[in-house]
Amino acid sequence: MADFNFELVSPERLLLSERVSEVVIPATEGEMTVMANHAPTMTTIKPGVVTVKAADGKVSRYVVFGGFADILPTGCTLLAESAVPAEEVDRTLIERRIEAAKVELEDIAHSDEQRTRVETFLSELTQLNGILVAF
Amino acid sequence: MPSLKDLKNRIASVKATQKITKAMKMVAAAKLRRAQEAAEAARPYSQRMSAVLSNIAQAVGSGDSAPRLMTGNGRDQTHLLVVCTAERGLCGGFNSQIARFARDHVRKLLADGKTVKIICVGKKGFDILRREFASLIIDRVDLREVKKIGFENADQIGKKIIGLFEKDEFDVCTLFYSEFKSVINQVPSALQLIPAAVPAEAASAEAGAAAIYEYEPDAGEILSDLIPRNISVQVFRALLENVAGEMGAKMSAMDNATRNAGEMINKLTLSYNRQRQAQITKELIEIISGAEAL
Repeated sequence: MADFNFELVSPERLLLSERVSEVVIPATEGEMTVMANHAPTMTTIKPGVVTVKAADGKVSRYVVFGGFADILPTGCTLLAESAVPAEEVDRTLIERRIEAAKVELEDIAHSDEQRTRVETFLSELTQLNGILVAF
Repeated sequence: MPSLKDLKNRIASVKATQKITKAMKMVAAAKLRRAQEAAEAARPYSQRMSAVLSNIAQAVGSGDSAPRLMTGNGRDQTHLLVVCTAERGLCGGFNSQIARFARDHVRKLLADGKTVKIICVGKKGFDILRREFASLIIDRVDLREVKKIGFENADQIGKKIIGLFEKDEFDVCTLFYSEFKSVINQVPSALQLIPAAVPAEAASAEAGAAAIYEYEPDAGEILSDLIPRNISVQVFRALLENVAGEMGAKMSAMDNATRNAGEMINKLTLSYNRQRQAQITKELIEIISGAEAL
């Protein structure tokens, strides 16, 4: 199967850069699977799990918290706000983020638009937490 | 004329100081390496970010759909300066360089009749700027407890800036930090965050690629998600460059101090030896002239 170059970048470091055959990205408007020769697309991503299938068939998972993906026919770059390998993820970290989001939601100073954004973020986080429990 | 004992004491104390500065230099060198690695590791992200940003910015154009964070609110009256300095001293002119650069900027703005607000990141810059502009400083961020600067720290500052902007507290935001050119050369620089200065040269080169991009959700929405993130990334980059610069400056300052201490020890040893010799000669003369008198 045709493979392409996939890069997972967080602000702190370059986490992953290798040849892969298939990547599943939790895009804001639903999960999408990226394969070689995908049409050039730019999408935001929500908190979720990125599944990477390397060219040699090895599957690895990463938990990301928002960001965006830049997809080209020859490669895919995922700029994540923060990313951790799924095996190393600490559930308390997610719970802390949920708490932080809840606190932010209670801040009445925000505009409606901001509230919606935080609310969406919160529900996505809760969902992610649910997925990880199942692991 | 100091006595022999005085000289001996002084040599001992300078030697002790030299030991300390030498140790500090080595610590700074180790930290510098780590800071440089961190700055390097963060580079791919910010590079991609600005490439993507210029791509989208071109697709959206500067019409009404462009978010306010990018185009600004059309005014130029209140300026917010975010001054990033180090938390600790003993690093040569590093902190005062940034502070002086920021101070000149503030004076110029004030002379033009603008309103200026300052956020200080780092204790040293706060200490220096407080002397002159105590009333202008609206906030300070303390990173003393932070061992290794993570993206979260920068994100907090970024969110604070955006929050202030949404409350219409300022019109233009500029970030002051020290650009890390090399170990011995750090240049204080200013970077305008809001309205965002989009890198233009990258945009024109990739104009062909930009046209065929698909956006999901639409480009405007991605852009409004991206720009706050970009601000945090810029702050993060500035903080990392600052840490690397601070360590570089500290290393060369401590190297200088060690060398100066060495010179001082040489001089003191010389005069110590000279004085000891003089004393011996004096005693000999006394003995000889005493023997001759007999």
